[in-house]
Amino acid sequence: MRGRVAFRGGGFAPRPSPLAGAATLIVLIAFWQTASWAGWLPRLFLPAPREIAIALYRLALSGELWRHLGASLGRLAIGWSLGTVAGLLLGFAVGLFTLACSPGMAVVSAFFPIPKIALVPLFIIWFGIGEGSKIATLALGVFFPTVINTAGAVDNVPRGLIRMGQSFSLSWLSIVRKIVLPGALPGILSGFRVTSSIAIILLVAAEMIGAERGIGAFVLSAGNLYDVDNLLAGIVVLSLLGLIVAWAIGWLERKLLSWRG
Amino acid sequence: MTIGLTLSGIDHRYRDLTVLEGIDLTIPPGEVTVLLGPSGCGKSTLLGIAGGLIEPTSGSVTAEGDVAPDCLNPLTYVFQDFALLPWRDVAGNISLVLEDHPLPRAERTARIQEVLALTGLVDFAAAWPRQLSGGMRQRVGIARALAVRPACLLLDEPFSALDAQTRDLLLDEFAALIARAATTCVYVTHNLAEAVRLGQQIVVLSRRPGRVREIFRIDRPIAGRRTDEPDLLAIEARLWELIRGDAVAAEREIHHAG
Ligand SMILES: Nc1ncnc2c1ncn2[C@@H]1O[C@H](COP(=O)(O)OP(=O)(O)OP(=O)(O)O)[C@@H](O)[C@H]1O
Ligand SMILES: [Mg+2]
Repeated sequence: MRGRVAFRGGGFAPRPSPLAGAATLIVLIAFWQTASWAGWLPRLFLPAPREIAIALYRLALSGELWRHLGASLGRLAIGWSLGTVAGLLLGFAVGLFTLACSPGMAVVSAFFPIPKIALVPLFIIWFGIGEGSKIATLALGVFFPTVINTAGAVDNVPRGLIRMGQSFSLSWLSIVRKIVLPGALPGILSGFRVTSSIAIILLVAAEMIGAERGIGAFVLSAGNLYDVDNLLAGIVVLSLLGLIVAWAIGWLERKLLSWRG
Repeated sequence: MTIGLTLSGIDHRYRDLTVLEGIDLTIPPGEVTVLLGPSGCGKSTLLGIAGGLIEPTSGSVTAEGDVAPDCLNPLTYVFQDFALLPWRDVAGNISLVLEDHPLPRAERTARIQEVLALTGLVDFAAAWPRQLSGGMRQRVGIARALAVRPACLLLDEPFSALDAQTRDLLLDEFAALIARAATTCVYVTHNLAEAVRLGQQIVVLSRRPGRVREIFRIDRPIAGRRTDEPDLLAIEARLWELIRGDAVAAEREIHHAG
């Protein structure tokens, strides 16, 4: 063998670039707009971004957008928070106590695979056609993945660190608060990404069953009228909501997990 | 003021693997006891039992002696893998073990400053563990242990994850620290030079199931000892003779768990 030794150790280390992410979306939209202008996409088949933007603008002016969005955001906030708090509590219990471990996981494994949306009629009977049933759908949909994710994150905290805490006779509460909780936090926060998306999907689905207000109800009624501009305007709002939530979680991660460097 | 430990009739089994058998051992107060033995003979297990982190299958450990009033955690470990919290900076890692005690804030800060100075970490108080070299991380581990003013230090191969040069440097500093503090130490190692450098009592364990094979004494202060002194070299050679066969056999054994 003779000659220069070539570098072969690169790759497998993707770096995030928010700019590239935004640029991709913009290029996609521009391409879509161009395709519409060029006449490749018939208007009824798929409206152009410009038409969707106009529809959105009208909705915003008339106040209809805010009415629906407000209702949806309220449900999302309450439902997700309830499911998350309950899920964190049970997840920590499963991760920390033998007594809760197997019973908790058995219940979660039995109920997690049930599509919560199939239970909406039942929730309507239990909690009424109003907000109760929608929030219950959301909360339950968020609850089970949160339990599984939290229990896993707690389980992943290095045992050596916990033994260290015990070797210095830290109290049980100190060990949980200062070792288990921060150790599980990265896993818990990445779980939030999943559960916030689940919450948005379930929210729309729940609003499609017996709601007058909310983005889901709006999208459904636009769809029934084949008002594709408004239909897609609603979808765009949901997509923006998803983007904002993802960004917020990213921000939270940078704040809380700055020690990871 | 220090404490001594008495281990009596210690047996330990992990499920059906007998790791320790009939260990009777006295750890004299104010001295460094080195536990030496081939890989997998149960040294870490014995250390865990000595400090109450592992419950022995049978037998008991008793501590005797007076503990100074400023001692917050009489039996204190230094870990092989450092066991630092990556989400706390150096000062925070030391503060962790003081926070559960009703110390005035000024006293806590003073203790942190004191142990940072003792271990040469003053400039690193605000550094994250991930930014430190292995040697610096173990300094934090030692600083944290000293912050509680322990009556007995339990060290499990504290320097084995470090390179040879760093290890020699830290070993000398550590020897000076414990010579000054006159704390009881139980020091687990594989390294014969470390054993004769630090040990006043060297306990040689047999291969698994671990039993006490022989106990050597080196009755002179550890301050100022050098590994190339003839009497220490002679002991080192005898230790090697003693455990060589076991080391070869242990090397060929299947390891069951961590
Ligand atoms: N938690 C555990 N469960 C089951 N077996 C274990 C456990 N911990 C240790 N062992 C086994 O017990 C034996 C003794 O382990 P120990 O860690 O005490 O040995 P050691 O002398 O410290 O070894 P080394 O020199 O490699 O650190 C080993 O065979 C190990 O595989
Ligand atoms: Mg060991």
